[in-house]
Amino acid sequence: MKRHALGTRLWHWVNLICLVVLFMSGLNISNAHPRLYWGHWGFAPEDAWLHITRFPGWATIPGYYSLASARLWHFLFAWPFAIGLLLFMIGSLANRHFSRDLVTRRSEWRWSAIKADIAKHLKLDFEHAGSKFNFLQKLAYGVVIFILLPLMIFTGLAMSPAMDANWPWLVDMFGGRQSARSIHFLVAWALAGFLVLHIALVLLSGPIGQLRDMITGGAKMEDQP
Amino acid sequence: MKRRSVLAGLTALLSGGCSKLAETGPMSSLLASAEDWNRGLHDLMGRERGALAREFAPDDISPTFRGNGSVDPQEPDYVRHATAGFADWRLAVTGLVTTPLSLSLAELKAMPQRTQITRHDCVEGWSAIGQWKGPQLSLLLERAGLQEQARFIVFRCADKLGGSQYYESVDLLDAFHPQTIVAHELNGEPLPVKNGAPLRMRIERQLGYKHAKYLTGIEAVASLDDIAGGKGGYWEDRGNYQWYAGI
Repeated sequence: MKRHALGTRLWHWVNLICLVVLFMSGLNISNAHPRLYWGHWGFAPEDAWLHITRFPGWATIPGYYSLASARLWHFLFAWPFAIGLLLFMIGSLANRHFSRDLVTRRSEWRWSAIKADIAKHLKLDFEHAGSKFNFLQKLAYGVVIFILLPLMIFTGLAMSPAMDANWPWLVDMFGGRQSARSIHFLVAWALAGFLVLHIALVLLSGPIGQLRDMITGGAKMEDQP
Repeated sequence: MKRRSVLAGLTALLSGGCSKLAETGPMSSLLASAEDWNRGLHDLMGRERGALAREFAPDDISPTFRGNGSVDPQEPDYVRHATAGFADWRLAVTGLVTTPLSLSLAELKAMPQRTQITRHDCVEGWSAIGQWKGPQLSLLLERAGLQEQARFIVFRCADKLGGSQYYESVDLLDAFHPQTIVAHELNGEPLPVKNGAPLRMRIERQLGYKHAKYLTGIEAVASLDDIAGGKGGYWEDRGNYQWYAGI
């Protein structure tokens, strides 16, 4: 089998486009009311826990302030983002990508093993025999795929007044619409942080080969025991 | 510093490219179509069975209720009514109805009332919680008798924003929703001017710009095409604000 399955590669690139458009249109939407609150309600400066900076045009979609247009971009790309994640999850269960590559083993959670993995990372040594991903990779991908990306979808849905009528438990789970909005903003930046780290590690581990493999699928790998 | 300017250059290219792309026909209609997908999904998930917006406890009411958009209309007619304490304010129910109505505030208050503590969500992102009181829109529409061709309910307002008359509209699903009321009270007091005195709509499952303030008329229509800019509302006619504002 190839290093990256076709479904994984397709999702990877569709998801990248979606995340970038969602992030940049999201910054435009943030400019409409650059304050964050906790709980069900919040509108006044003195109730805000965070006053957000105004994001410049070069960082937003569209490249000028337009709440209405930014919402159109945001809601259009939310569809392939959410459906793509769902299909990727179903596909990765079916082709055993999750169970083979992402599930950690008990031995990997030993502190000595984690320390050794961190030390290897710091020496920029990315060779790891026996498994496709090392422990830190599994952890990072696992957190992104199973926690951060779903959180973006569900906190996004929880901000919709119609969805709150349809699924009241969803907004309650986050402690109110303004809490959901705050979490949406924080997780968006966590994902931006992941993207920067991810690109940095690709650059450090042979970017040409990594990019080629993520497009063509890469060389055939021996089946893992 | 150099890496930062490369990043800025990349995102600027993207944001500029997207702005240009949005001006092309296919992309702009694709961008607009997500509104129908969202409404279709919401219809299936609960809008059609009349799912209710969350109602809160008195303790949850926010200490003040922000006013937005028009907060102090200066139209001479409105100022005259405001000075007179809205004693002669009338609400017209017209359009595709069998019996057009013209109701005084006293007549509206004499109808069965609904009181609800709900969260108000602005398209900008903020929320406030208040207690609203007034008759259900469905009672008014039943009294006037809706004709068969009626598809939308248009709300006429006394205020102008940037020189144009404010108006809004909803479909019959929201018009006949039990929480859709013509509110005359906020938190036990007559509506303050900044929140739409003397009458405003509550469309609890949609964003704030649908909740028309300074309400003068309710009109049943078959199509929104011939009204003002043709997109069903003041903000919908300007820029790209969506007519279905459930998200």
